Amino acid sequence: MTAQTVPGTEATALPAVHRSRRATVLGLTGTAAVLLAMAALPYLVDSGVTGQLVKLCYLVALASMWNLLTGYAGMMSMGQQAFIGLGAYLLFVVNDHGVNVYAGTLVVSALVALLAWPLSYLAFRLRGGYFAVGTWVIAEVVRLIVVRFDSLGAASGRSLSDVTADPVLRRAFTYWLALAVMAAAVLGTYAMLRSRLGLGLQAIRDDDTAAGSLGVDVTRGKRTVYIAAAAGCAAAGAVICVNSLGVASPTQIFGVQYSALMVFMVIIGGIGTVEGPVIGALAYFLLDKYFAQSGVWYLVVVGAVAIAVSLYLPRGLWGTFAQRTGWAVFPVRHTVGR
Amino acid sequence: MTAPLLRVEHLAVSFGELRVLEDVDLAVPKGQAVGIVGPNGAGKSTLLSAVSGVERASAGTVRLAGRDVTRVSAAERCRLGIGRSFQIPRPFVDLTVFENALVGAERGAGLRGGHARELALRSLEVTGLLPLANKSAGALPLLARKRLELARALATAPEVLLLDEIAGGLTEGEAEELVATVLSLKESGLTILWIEHVVKALVQVVDRLVCLASGRIRADGDPHEVLAGAEVAEVYLGGAAA
Repeated sequence: MTAQTVPGTEATALPAVHRSRRATVLGLTGTAAVLLAMAALPYLVDSGVTGQLVKLCYLVALASMWNLLTGYAGMMSMGQQAFIGLGAYLLFVVNDHGVNVYAGTLVVSALVALLAWPLSYLAFRLRGGYFAVGTWVIAEVVRLIVVRFDSLGAASGRSLSDVTADPVLRRAFTYWLALAVMAAAVLGTYAMLRSRLGLGLQAIRDDDTAAGSLGVDVTRGKRTVYIAAAAGCAAAGAVICVNSLGVASPTQIFGVQYSALMVFMVIIGGIGTVEGPVIGALAYFLLDKYFAQSGVWYLVVVGAVAIAVSLYLPRGLWGTFAQRTGWAVFPVRHTVGR
Repeated sequence: MTAPLLRVEHLAVSFGELRVLEDVDLAVPKGQAVGIVGPNGAGKSTLLSAVSGVERASAGTVRLAGRDVTRVSAAERCRLGIGRSFQIPRPFVDLTVFENALVGAERGAGLRGGHARELALRSLEVTGLLPLANKSAGALPLLARKRLELARALATAPEVLLLDEIAGGLTEGEAEELVATVLSLKESGLTILWIEHVVKALVQVVDRLVCLASGRIRADGDPHEVLAGAEVAEVYLGGAAA
């Protein structure tokens, strides 16, 4: 049977299928303009501002990766800190071998992707809540292995051995690195969703049994996403390491608080949308900036926001907005006719 | 005599200690429509799941066009030509109706771009879903969900179409619409294996009827003869009626 010979159909004219070409061009043009403006910031503002934006950039990258895993492939991971920590620690290794930290970020992403491949066989033996707990356990095991290496600072953390000496240049380079990682995470996610894989992933998220029965290779799709998300988290981990010129302690960089942060940002922004994690990261960044000094009240405010959004805006801030307006910066929908 | 397109030999499926299917043999020639009836718990849906790869066979073989697919994944079986619907519709709720069908056309039929979109649209056309193409699948009523199950399976360009109670829960008028659609598919030469409790709908389409009970085939032959036979009466009404 070919595309033209579905049994029972006549050779009638079919409606056209669109994919929001105008909205796509507008969205990508707007995104490019924002990224270019952000790239120019080191020439325009104080390094304190770009220093803060480094955090926003890696938060967006982390949220995008967790959204890719959970919002598109249906894998609720609580162990992405394994790859954040590996990204940071492998950066020490490549940096010790003379690779500068900026190119090294790309190298550690690739290395962590390679490590994530065998780990996926372990993690994929579990499903649902067991998968979430299993990934957390994997992260703890990775931490326990890393602290066995004295050359990596053992349980005490360590500093990078070779960084740009000029502090002004170093801050600018770190900011551009963070910006590049954020752009790659968001636009990479978008490109993946626009591909054939993206439609398959959304099918897997909604019902993996039905997806398999329609020819979607469920395990391969999930593994691709797991590896991509590991590479993205490793890049974010490398940025965190470069920004702090090292790692304060393995407990901090391998801490489950990163997973909790990712969940918070994605739920607040809107799970299953490309834009949601960006909005969620921005919301968390602002909460952190203005309430972090408020001690326990900071946590109360963060918790209250999470509860309020979950109860009243279950699709998150962007998800609710998009549902009401039909607007998307990164459209992925197919539209028949019109 | 030509080899059957689908052949099931000594098929058994167990869930732990429970034997759901036992020593099932079934051969379906190309272009034939076979109906399967039987009481609840007879193993009908499990048979379809074992054929489509959703459930693993604990013994026996499933062959498609002579190729042993018993250990092949559900996705690969779909790509080889086994399309199926589910008894309880399983739409991709956050995708549109068109995108649901497109999944089948891209991944099951292995088509790309315009060819995939055309096949998806044709499958919606034949099932009467084209006007709902942009609607979210999660918002569809039952009849449309049943039709979407059929459309998605057709979009995989199947050689064998497995239908699991697509007329169940529908009004008489709705069921008749579906029967007309399946009949046109059968008349176009598609091989069909159809489980249905609505026997009136089934006999309008199938060439052959199989009665399954307690995981075993009890009768297999002309639909009217099978329905009039003692085995079916025994299966549905108990030993006293036989």
